[in-house]
Amino acid sequence: MSTSAPKATDVSSGQQTREVREAVVVRFAGDSGDGMQLTGSQFTLETALAGLDLTTFPDYPAEIRAPVGTTFGVSAFQIHFGSVDVKTAGDEVDVLVAMNPAALKVSLENLRLGGTIVADTGSFGERNLAKAGYDTNPLEDDTLAPYQVIPLDITQLTMNAVEGFGLGKKEALRSRNMWALGLMLWMYDRDLTASAAWLAKKFSAREMLAKSNNAALSAGHAYGETAEMSGNLVGYRVEDADLPPGEYRTITGTEALVWGLISGLRSAGLERLVFGSYPITPASPVLHALATMRDQGVYTFQAEDEIAAICSAIGASYGGALGVTSSSGPGIALKTEAIGLAVSVELPLVILNIQRAGPSTGLPTKTEQSDLLQAVYGRNGDTPVAVLAAATSIDCFEVAREAVRLATKYMTPVILLSDGYLANAAEPWLIPDLDALEDWPVHKRTDTADFQPFERDPETLARAWAVPGTPGLMHRIGGIEKEQGSGHISYDPANHQTMTDLRAAKIANIANDIPEQDVALGDRTGALALVGWGSTFGPINKAVEQARERGHSVSHIHLRYINPFPANLESLLNGFEKILVPEMNNGQLVTMLRSRYLVPAVGLNKVTGQPFKIADVARAIDAALE
Amino acid sequence: MTTAIPQPLKPKDFASDQEVRWCPGCGDYAILKAIQKTLADLEVAPEQTAFVSGIGCSSRFPYYMATYGFHTIHGRAPAIATGLKMANPDLDVWVITGDGDGLSIGGNHLLHVLRRNVDLQIVLFNNEIYGLTKGQVSPTSRVGTKSPTSPRGSTAHPLSPVAVSLGAGARFVARAIDIDQKHLIEVLTAAHAHRGASFVEIFQNCPVYNDDVFHDFTDRADAPDTQLHVEHGKPLRYGKDGNRGIHLKTGTLDVEAVVVGENGITEDDILIHDQTNKTLAGLLGTLKPPAFPQVLGVLYNDPIDSYEVQVAALGEARSDVSLNDLIRKARTWSVA
Repeated sequence: MSTSAPKATDVSSGQQTREVREAVVVRFAGDSGDGMQLTGSQFTLETALAGLDLTTFPDYPAEIRAPVGTTFGVSAFQIHFGSVDVKTAGDEVDVLVAMNPAALKVSLENLRLGGTIVADTGSFGERNLAKAGYDTNPLEDDTLAPYQVIPLDITQLTMNAVEGFGLGKKEALRSRNMWALGLMLWMYDRDLTASAAWLAKKFSAREMLAKSNNAALSAGHAYGETAEMSGNLVGYRVEDADLPPGEYRTITGTEALVWGLISGLRSAGLERLVFGSYPITPASPVLHALATMRDQGVYTFQAEDEIAAICSAIGASYGGALGVTSSSGPGIALKTEAIGLAVSVELPLVILNIQRAGPSTGLPTKTEQSDLLQAVYGRNGDTPVAVLAAATSIDCFEVAREAVRLATKYMTPVILLSDGYLANAAEPWLIPDLDALEDWPVHKRTDTADFQPFERDPETLARAWAVPGTPGLMHRIGGIEKEQGSGHISYDPANHQTMTDLRAAKIANIANDIPEQDVALGDRTGALALVGWGSTFGPINKAVEQARERGHSVSHIHLRYINPFPANLESLLNGFEKILVPEMNNGQLVTMLRSRYLVPAVGLNKVTGQPFKIADVARAIDAALE
Repeated sequence: MTTAIPQPLKPKDFASDQEVRWCPGCGDYAILKAIQKTLADLEVAPEQTAFVSGIGCSSRFPYYMATYGFHTIHGRAPAIATGLKMANPDLDVWVITGDGDGLSIGGNHLLHVLRRNVDLQIVLFNNEIYGLTKGQVSPTSRVGTKSPTSPRGSTAHPLSPVAVSLGAGARFVARAIDIDQKHLIEVLTAAHAHRGASFVEIFQNCPVYNDDVFHDFTDRADAPDTQLHVEHGKPLRYGKDGNRGIHLKTGTLDVEAVVVGENGITEDDILIHDQTNKTLAGLLGTLKPPAFPQVLGVLYNDPIDSYEVQVAALGEARSDVSLNDLIRKARTWSVA
């Protein structure tokens, strides 16, 4: 579908006529060193401040500075914004800002036919064309015939704008992104105020750079106004979204996770969160964000490796703090033995897996959701843990809180699955009143009467949290099988059966402490259910919405709880004739659903490192209903 | 009416109710006894004390102590102990490890816990063999050690726990022998007094898989001539008659074993032990019988701020910072 069909012509903005759009997808693409992520983030902020709904998709290579001008060094930032409920980063790009030939080449396949290309002609020299694999200049042949091309010598225009600041050529050219940002802000009728303030702050120590970047930004904006007068450029207006009233900020999945963990720490009544982690893409930003939260009782620990990271978190939980660790697939694999220890000694632990494309090193900066089976089953022994998955960037907040609640209430590791897309994608967030959220204070054991380290709460089956430092409760724990109750080493066959059963029952029992599975969209019975989990929420939901508008009996079910499944999931699934499971993996949830409930679910699988498009899901819905 | 007067705890009060399961004659028994005596002598509170171990014979240790204890996974005790201290810096935490656990599978963690200087007592039971897995060579096994995995004798050179710990930046490094209770307790007491990571290597005899491997310096009859017990500020002297000593060769950074009164050597030619001298500690750590005595005691003790002190200096939690305010520190906007 195209989201950019003209709705009406707006003449209210005063001087110039702007075409009105309901929603637009803009993609900034350039070299890794061109500052595209900054440009996109700043465009996002201005768009959010203007009251629009939005979703972003930073799409960048693993290399920090890949050879200049190459296709594999292209870094892009896509933003979908509009007056309607925006749930994905957009199937097709309406406006592509291409800072060099390589950026044009790799971005073209996502550009809508008839879409707009703003290209910096100044960077389309022979060398750059050759590096991108172009024999002839696409701006001069018929390669781009299906699109509207706006060729601008942004390089020269930027040089002109910053002339007089005494910058060297290299430094002057680094403002090209600000010129492009200024132009795009003009194109969508946005203000420059916040960006100007941001530049002033960013370059507060180098006033000259603040001024020159600001000059480039203003020049880009002014160029739009001037060119519009002469009819060379068209400006657009996107109406404000109908968002619920309240105070907003933008939030990425990473930020939401961090706030959710700290909020959960408060709700649990715990004073200290110890976060042991080891740098890995795309999980490191969680460590960066938490490292600034000492005032909130967060102690971060950059460990020597993934194993030490999780072990420090386990040690912290043993000591009465909330132990949390994070990583991505390969790092989670390294943590596996320690997860088993936490299961065996029954300590609370939150494990964040910001999934990326695998196997092995895979595609570190690209998104995938192929660690589901690893999370649920990937350990030696019968080693059940709770597994939760976040559906959107904002959802990361609630899911992080829920992970803390379950970990501390059930004395168990909880694996929280996010992914590279959610980690980086930003959305406007109606900020909740954090003081008004529900509390679930943790009870630590202090009573010495009849204390046994593995005696269990009859309702939750959780053992007592008896923390070193507590008088009279000295005891020993370990990874060797222990006797139910006393916790002493036990090789007794019947006891091992008992303990294995108890560990399984404790996790299975969580199903009675979580909400029943609801449908995200549609009826509770029907011809077809789409069952998803994780960051596929947006495209599935939109595709189902559109199919329902076409009169189809389709519903969307989205799972937050992967282990255990909600108690009513089986009966809910049985209300549908067909079940389709879209996943960014080779068929993992679908395998679980089929084996668990013996339902004829079929998979829709995509492992390109890119999120689903709405159209991908829509085609599969149509095929399933044929 | 009688008032209960709290009695000082005795060594046996630090023993748990669990039956000790090491082999008869194992050196671990002597170490267990020494640590229990040390804790009693120091009058530590059992509830403030935790033993954290990895995997192996030595790592069963926590089960036998009436303190808090955590028998974890192979090699990872330093990392778990670090987390425990981050949760509660006031705890008195001991790490119990072995030559395989601490220097092979867990070598990485040992390096980093030492360089971070986490306030722990790290006690490495070195028997130069894998015991619990039935006798394979370990990273401290001597070249030529025959074992199920090296039937023709091992080839790789052993690493030196003292050199490794000094290289990793440890600020306290000491050595002792399992059966020398008096000296072992002195060393453990000094390790406990040191704030920061204290590394203690204990030569521990495995009577089943590597019996008497340390006989060249542990045989009691020859001990005066094969052991040198260092004391800070005292000459590095040893020998039955106390007239043997370590002398720094002139013109080179090397030492030789000398006899006072022979070859013109006088009292003044004997090196004085300086426990704050890292170079000297490294040198003493390399000396071996028969040319030299095995040097025992506190080789190096030069404290700096512990990890806990450094972390606390970075700031503590503040109750006056509202989460609601903090979350709004980003750019916010209102929708009416």
